[in-house]
Amino acid sequence: MATAAAHRTAGAPAYGAPDAGPEGDIRQRAFDAAVAADERIEPRDWMPEAYRATLVRQIAQHAHSEIIGMQPEANWITRAPSLRRKAILMAKVQDEAGHGLYLYSAAETLGVSREELLDKLHSGRQKYSSIFNYPTLTWADVGAIGWLVDGAAITNQVPLCRCSYGPYARAMVRVCKEESFHQRQGYELLLALSRGTPEQHAMAQDAVDRWWWPSLMMFGPPDDASQHSAQSMAWKIKRHSNDELRQRFVDICVPQAESLGLTLPDPDLRWNEERGHHDFGAIDWTEFWDVLKGNGPCNEQRLTQRRRAHDEGAWVREAAAAHAARHNGKNNGPTGVEQA
Amino acid sequence: MTTTLPTTAALALGDDALVLSHRLGEWAGHAPVLEEEVALANIALDLLGQARVLLSMAGDEDELAYLREERAFTNLQLVEQPNGDFAHTIARQLYFSTYQHLLYGQLADSDSEFAPLAGKAVKEVAYHRDHAEQWTLRLGDGTDVSHERMRRACEALWRFTGEMFQPVAGLDVDWSGMEAAWLESVGDVLRRATLALPEGPRTGAWSAGAGRQGLHTEPFGRMLAEMQHLHRSHPGASW
Repeated sequence: MATAAAHRTAGAPAYGAPDAGPEGDIRQRAFDAAVAADERIEPRDWMPEAYRATLVRQIAQHAHSEIIGMQPEANWITRAPSLRRKAILMAKVQDEAGHGLYLYSAAETLGVSREELLDKLHSGRQKYSSIFNYPTLTWADVGAIGWLVDGAAITNQVPLCRCSYGPYARAMVRVCKEESFHQRQGYELLLALSRGTPEQHAMAQDAVDRWWWPSLMMFGPPDDASQHSAQSMAWKIKRHSNDELRQRFVDICVPQAESLGLTLPDPDLRWNEERGHHDFGAIDWTEFWDVLKGNGPCNEQRLTQRRRAHDEGAWVREAAAAHAARHNGKNNGPTGVEQA
Repeated sequence: MTTTLPTTAALALGDDALVLSHRLGEWAGHAPVLEEEVALANIALDLLGQARVLLSMAGDEDELAYLREERAFTNLQLVEQPNGDFAHTIARQLYFSTYQHLLYGQLADSDSEFAPLAGKAVKEVAYHRDHAEQWTLRLGDGTDVSHERMRRACEALWRFTGEMFQPVAGLDVDWSGMEAAWLESVGDVLRRATLALPEGPRTGAWSAGAGRQGLHTEPFGRMLAEMQHLHRSHPGASW
């Protein structure tokens, strides 16, 4: 961390420190040098306000996606068709809550509280991944989410383990390990259906038909239309472009779909020898922007449930805070409760 | 299925764990704070793990969970009660985890075929009990609103607690000693939570061992309908 030493500041976290003035210039140069040298920026290090704001936006959106993403899967916990599958699904939904916890904690290192971020989610000022605005209509959707949605998330997130911001990068190492487990479980669930009765096979194909295109949209708009990409890549928050990652994902999925005995719903999908990649059909970006704007099948439902859980839980959080205050921190509530 | 004594006990304890696990699973995505999403799912998973071991002692776990009718389940009525608000869930957890902790504690020290399972589960259940106790203290001794909600919840579920101490065939347990220990333990937590042991009856025509005899409350049938629907829709399928 030799070159990073100059942007380290003793004492209080440096987020929000003024960027201007000669001292600011020195700090900026040290920050730039640390990023260029692939060093990690840590919470107490000086950082440009725009870098901090970008990270807060991205980490918050990621955390929100984890907790909203619990809903479509929790939808099937009570109907899981075997006890083994039920245990796997419950553990997965629990992992997502855990990911939410790490990520809100990572965001807290940048000086924003979980309460503040949840408030922005509930009031629609911050987003979560649009993929969770699609419904889980059959049991096979649980498998399709694991295979495709978690698969796309991993493709996006593995490079984040090398992200320039330390707490986010470290959170992602653990998140990616668990996600890769989920992805394999989803694949295995679909395989059981695909090799099962004709009804089960049809259920699996139908789920893949519905989830394939939205999964490709998870990588975000094409590079030329992505508003945050260039700066994020310069800061090494982001390491690969949206289109690059999307292509990588398609190339991974094609042979897996074959092994599953399922068809990906794209007549234009074929190997391109010259490019060394699969060509694929045009993505319906109108649908993407429409869902992003709030017109997806479940936008209203997801946010309503989230707000209701939060509002109905207010008295519980208030009780924990009152209890903790009265007992001087003995028998404290779980982290975050005191922020009610 | 021939019902030998250990099978009767495995089903009773297995059904308790299965049904309560299911109810706790219903909280996913609805908990009052993110930490409780993790905690309630964790308890549900522990219970599901216990249920799978116990049901497998009596037969095929999925056949038993998904293909029995309501009247064949022998879980306590307490565990099938709907989640209600968070206070109801915590009261149910306090009553049940205290019971399960005492029961598994005795079984773990016995030479019965349940000793290995009980030895492992008693450690999990100690955490469940602690979780319920801590929340009972926070809610009982929190705000006026939480105190009132916790008081009501403890009273509403009180009448389902008597049947816990009806002897289960095949379990060599000191039931009356366990009941005394349960009353003392729950009473102590409630007192520290500025609450008191409810005064109403703990047994009645329907609550004294009814669940153990396959008599359940109305919400249980709907719970099973939801739980079993997909499995039953595809007879013979593997998942």
